[in-house]
Amino acid sequence: MIRKKEWIAMLLAGGQGSRLHVLTKNLAKPAVPYGGKYRIIDFTLSNCVNSGIDTVGILTQYQPLELNEYIGNGQPWDLDRSHGGVHVLSPYQKATGSDWYRGTANAIYQNIHFIEGYDPEYIAVLSGDHIYKMNYEKMLDFHKAKNADCTIAVITVPWEEASRFGIIAADEDSRIFEFAEKPQKPKSNLASMGVYIFSWKKLKKYLEENERDQNASKDFGKDIIPAMLADGQKLVAYPFEGYWKDVGTIDSLWEANMDLLDPKVPLELHDPSWKIYARNPVMPPHYVGEEANVQNAMIAEGCNIFGTVDFSVLFAGVTIEKGAVVRDSIIMPGTVIKSGAVVQYAIVAEDVIIGENCVVGMRPEQVENKDDWGIAVIGAGAKLKAGSVVKPKQMIDADRQEE
Amino acid sequence: MQDRKKILGIIFSNMHDEMLRELTEKRTMASVPFGGRYRFIDFTLSSLVNSNIQSVGVITKSNYQSLMDHLGSGREWDLARKREGLYILPPFGNAGVSGIYRGRIEALAGIMGFIKHSDARYVVLADCDTICNYNIKTILNEHIEKEAEITAVYQRKELNAQNCRDATVFSCNESGRITDVMINPGIQGECNVSLNLMIMEKALLERLVTENMSRNLFSMEKDVLQAKASAMRLYGYEYKGFCAKIDSMRDYFDANMMMLNKEVRDELFINNGPIYTKVRDDMPAKYGLNSKVTNSLIADGCMIEGEVENSVLFRGVTVGKGAKISNSIIMQDTSIGEKSVLNYCITDKDVTIKDNRMLMGYLSYPVFISKASVV
Repeated sequence: MIRKKEWIAMLLAGGQGSRLHVLTKNLAKPAVPYGGKYRIIDFTLSNCVNSGIDTVGILTQYQPLELNEYIGNGQPWDLDRSHGGVHVLSPYQKATGSDWYRGTANAIYQNIHFIEGYDPEYIAVLSGDHIYKMNYEKMLDFHKAKNADCTIAVITVPWEEASRFGIIAADEDSRIFEFAEKPQKPKSNLASMGVYIFSWKKLKKYLEENERDQNASKDFGKDIIPAMLADGQKLVAYPFEGYWKDVGTIDSLWEANMDLLDPKVPLELHDPSWKIYARNPVMPPHYVGEEANVQNAMIAEGCNIFGTVDFSVLFAGVTIEKGAVVRDSIIMPGTVIKSGAVVQYAIVAEDVIIGENCVVGMRPEQVENKDDWGIAVIGAGAKLKAGSVVKPKQMIDADRQEE
Repeated sequence: MQDRKKILGIIFSNMHDEMLRELTEKRTMASVPFGGRYRFIDFTLSSLVNSNIQSVGVITKSNYQSLMDHLGSGREWDLARKREGLYILPPFGNAGVSGIYRGRIEALAGIMGFIKHSDARYVVLADCDTICNYNIKTILNEHIEKEAEITAVYQRKELNAQNCRDATVFSCNESGRITDVMINPGIQGECNVSLNLMIMEKALLERLVTENMSRNLFSMEKDVLQAKASAMRLYGYEYKGFCAKIDSMRDYFDANMMMLNKEVRDELFINNGPIYTKVRDDMPAKYGLNSKVTNSLIADGCMIEGEVENSVLFRGVTVGKGAKISNSIIMQDTSIGEKSVLNYCITDKDVTIKDNRMLMGYLSYPVFISKASVV
């Protein structure tokens, strides 16, 4: 017998995140570390739990190993339930053949059986690529109050950036009359956040129709939303105010981390009423040594700091040796920065060793030609020999040993 | 196949409570906070888990709410199991017995059903007043090798006027056999001080408990170790790794400060397996503009805008602008106002120190501020 759930969430975590380059070489984008102890997906998962959603399907297909292991049975997010809970859904073989997920809509379509197992009234379709704190329950209330078929969360973005997003035009009653995916000449600056609530029966109908269309790209933004609009279904825009950031590029990942150090940015992680859950490292508190100098920083458990850290985010178990300097950088778990090394404007991934007196990255004002400047990135597991120099914008891949 | 060396763990959570009276007023010895994010029991429990012990009983007596809250189902220690795992054993009162035991033997008599039910061959008895990360397997191997009936673990330690009040001292011959047991002898100098950690066959423990209860004897130290030192094969095992035994507020203060030493931390938290504790899901610690921190241990959730030196800060502590904390232990969720100065202080959980306060203790007598006080 099916035990009904009012709503469940489907979390799209299949993207490769190719614009994060070496950081997502062996890792799905939602599993990329963020903010000293989190991974990107922790925000969406915590939002679900804090909004009262107890059943989440996570759709993965790109490099799912580390993500699957991280999610495990969902216990850190309180999603280890006897009915519902978190499920990692990878593409699987069926009697009629097998297929990768071909687009976001196809990914949901391939898991219709999973969804029907809970017989939900509503379904939240979310992406695991953003940093934000949002109460989906309020959005569901809005969806019900508007008697909508689909509700899309929207945020106001600067006009000059509007062409990077799915842009929505809505009337004063929030009803959407136009949706344009990355338009060249945006008609509004309301961007879709990639957070949807659908009445499940409606969505199912459109997914099935879309599947029958051989030429469709099987994507929510390109097919499903435009088709629903064309049929005169009721689509409404739910306005969201607060911090929301796509961390799909090196620059935006760096910025999103630095935002945590800015007291003016409205992203409070120390909030007992809206905790962001994550798998916790089993490590002692971090230690700051006799000659260390730490300011404007976020530092996780298990770090040992003997050098200088300024405007930086350090993940669990990082060692900064005496005389090493880390500024405006993100250092991921287990990395060691040896004495005399200077790391500036850089993202250093997990378990890297930066040898003595290495120079990684530069301050923008130190670079003559502004086009040559960018965040330096060191991929997971890389070992830099003493005295190596990594230029701004350069990326080091552990498998291709440094030049 | 039955594990011939399977061990059952039994932890006493309330022993030595009176030694840290200030800290155990509202909690058990086992749940005294330590080292920025831990409770005493985390060290004993993690040691047992790291030694691959699957079944652990925790004997409680009084004030054990905070302990229950901390341990929960035992999940953090990977002891939330269908088969075996963690058992919290509250006092068992019935018509004849009040449930409040007078000694270890009586406490064990109260949980005889639990002990008998286990299929382990050996049993290890441990207290919660030691900060160390030991491996029981090595102790068991020596126990078997020496054909000992009971192996009691001790540490070479300097006794002084303060910490000799609660010490059991062993005399051992060259082969390691315990020849004499002295309880609170009041002597000073380097001695073999018992860590209240012993191992024996479960069948022997069952026999000793039944025998002693029938004679109304209930002390493990007096009625077993001391009384049988010559009759039984009692062996001492000298633990040579890092171990801080906490017998006084001074010991407590010193042991926390020892955590500032990297070698000690590596040995305690990394080399012998991790020390597990309850997770709190707080953000990483945040340092503000002009914060200045040296030689300190800082836990998750702290927000530091002032100065901190030679101190241990627990989870969720806030240090206001211009405040200065030196040589102090600041427990969970303490808030220290702007421009306040603290030196040699121990603040319990949830203390609020308002702006511009000044609190000074001294190394030999740190100022203690009790739970949830407002200064």
